Amino acid sequence: MSTFLLLTITGVGLGALYFLIASGLSLIYGLMGVLNFAHGAFLTVGAFGMWFVESKLGGIGVLPRFLIASLAGLVVGGVFAVLVELVLIRPLYRRHIEQVLVTVGLGLAATALVVAIWGNDARPVAYPSWLGRTTTIAGAHVPNDRWLLIAAAAVVLVGLTTFLKRTRYGLIIRAGVENRAMVTALGIDVRKAFTLVFALGGVVAALAGILGNVYFTTADPNRGTSLLIFAFIVVVIGGLGSIRGTAVASVVVGLVQQYANYYASSGLGDLSVVLLLGLVLLARPRGLSGALA
Amino acid sequence: MASLLSVRDLHVHLGESHVLQGIEFDVAEGGVTALLGRNGVGKTTTLRALIGLVDRRGSVMLDGEEIVRAPTHAIVRRGVGYVPEDREVFAGLTVRENLRLAERNGRARYELVYELFPELEQRGRQLAGTLSGGQQQMLAIARALLNDNRVLLVDEPTKGLAPALVTEVADALTRASELTTVLLVEQNLGVVQRVARDAVVLDTGRVVHIGPARELLASEEMVHRMLGVGHAGDRA
Repeated sequence: MSTFLLLTITGVGLGALYFLIASGLSLIYGLMGVLNFAHGAFLTVGAFGMWFVESKLGGIGVLPRFLIASLAGLVVGGVFAVLVELVLIRPLYRRHIEQVLVTVGLGLAATALVVAIWGNDARPVAYPSWLGRTTTIAGAHVPNDRWLLIAAAAVVLVGLTTFLKRTRYGLIIRAGVENRAMVTALGIDVRKAFTLVFALGGVVAALAGILGNVYFTTADPNRGTSLLIFAFIVVVIGGLGSIRGTAVASVVVGLVQQYANYYASSGLGDLSVVLLLGLVLLARPRGLSGALA
Repeated sequence: MASLLSVRDLHVHLGESHVLQGIEFDVAEGGVTALLGRNGVGKTTTLRALIGLVDRRGSVMLDGEEIVRAPTHAIVRRGVGYVPEDREVFAGLTVRENLRLAERNGRARYELVYELFPELEQRGRQLAGTLSGGQQQMLAIARALLNDNRVLLVDEPTKGLAPALVTEVADALTRASELTTVLLVEQNLGVVQRVARDAVVLDTGRVVHIGPARELLASEEMVHRMLGVGHAGDRA
């Protein structure tokens, strides 16, 4: 029972990490129709922004260092995403093939740049010692970083949902996901919403990068690319453009991966996720939320 | 009468098709000008070109100001309201949210909108996608009437509506035309006869007739030749 509980909580934690990457990806596609293959680069830039600032902050405690460095990582991720939208994506709206080429290229180039500057080895990251310990629940020793991941994902989910439901920009984004042209025909400059969505996506992906540093205990230049694959699977299963669908799909994918790795065979987790994707698309081609996949 | 909207040598290509081939017409200030023609002659494309929803070249002057190179949102903010064909309400938003989204300043005319369409006030919390076709049409018109526009571009507002709703929409158009200028694309010639002062007729991307709407609709031969339908009185 304690093993099952441990797998369940760590599966939800893994799902929380996927959600942090996938939510921005889903919003960007839903509103702008941009398949952003550079989204993993936002994660990498945020993760290395955090690691870099932390490595330069000496003489202060681990907790303030971690918090300051994390804030820096979020800012770097958000600014990078805004620059990508303004410089590379904006001139290519409605040109989907070029968008794919540019974002794939940027994803590869950003990783290559990080490798060129800091090398291909993963860099160890310092974080508060509590995150490296476990909490025992019904006999299951749950790593504390999973709680942080789950809490962060819950805050992001509530925050994004509230933003989308309660603010004018949220209203514009929800309407834009349905019919972008009609939003502009109401006198709204939807490009501002595009930039805002990219900024949000960049910040949340950077948060995933920072918490990924804690989860894996290192900053790795290739992590953004490897996690992006799972984020795309989550987004397609959840339904493109749906935050709630993305949240549900993230948890399902995280759990399936953990259960399959333990109960079937180590390494079958990834394969089972791909099988799950196939099954969902056969049963519900528009994903769990009904949005077009 | 002063021209509010002046269209000159307007061209639109959609793919390989040269849909608008240098159309020219004026819309006088006040009242309703009907844009008529058979199916597929470019009426909807004309409205979409005026508001910048399709790539176009030529000249569109709004009250003496060139707007043909302005983006859609900037054209709308200069006082051009748009009621699209097939309503295009935001199905996942409530009626109230659809209206809130259309607000362009703090002077949204909710009193006018709710006076014309009281049902929209009662259904404020209902998702627009669950409204009937007629109610969605009311919402689409209400969005455009919410702001103090200089001209409204209205595309087939009675399409697919029951006769009772057609009358209601025609009443709303009449009221709208008392407040602002309306350029109306409409297949129902009964509605055109009731509300329109002027008529512009398109055929295969070109303007083939400009004149008073009553004069056009009074001539069975002209109606049949230009619009390919029976007499206006038969369609009311």
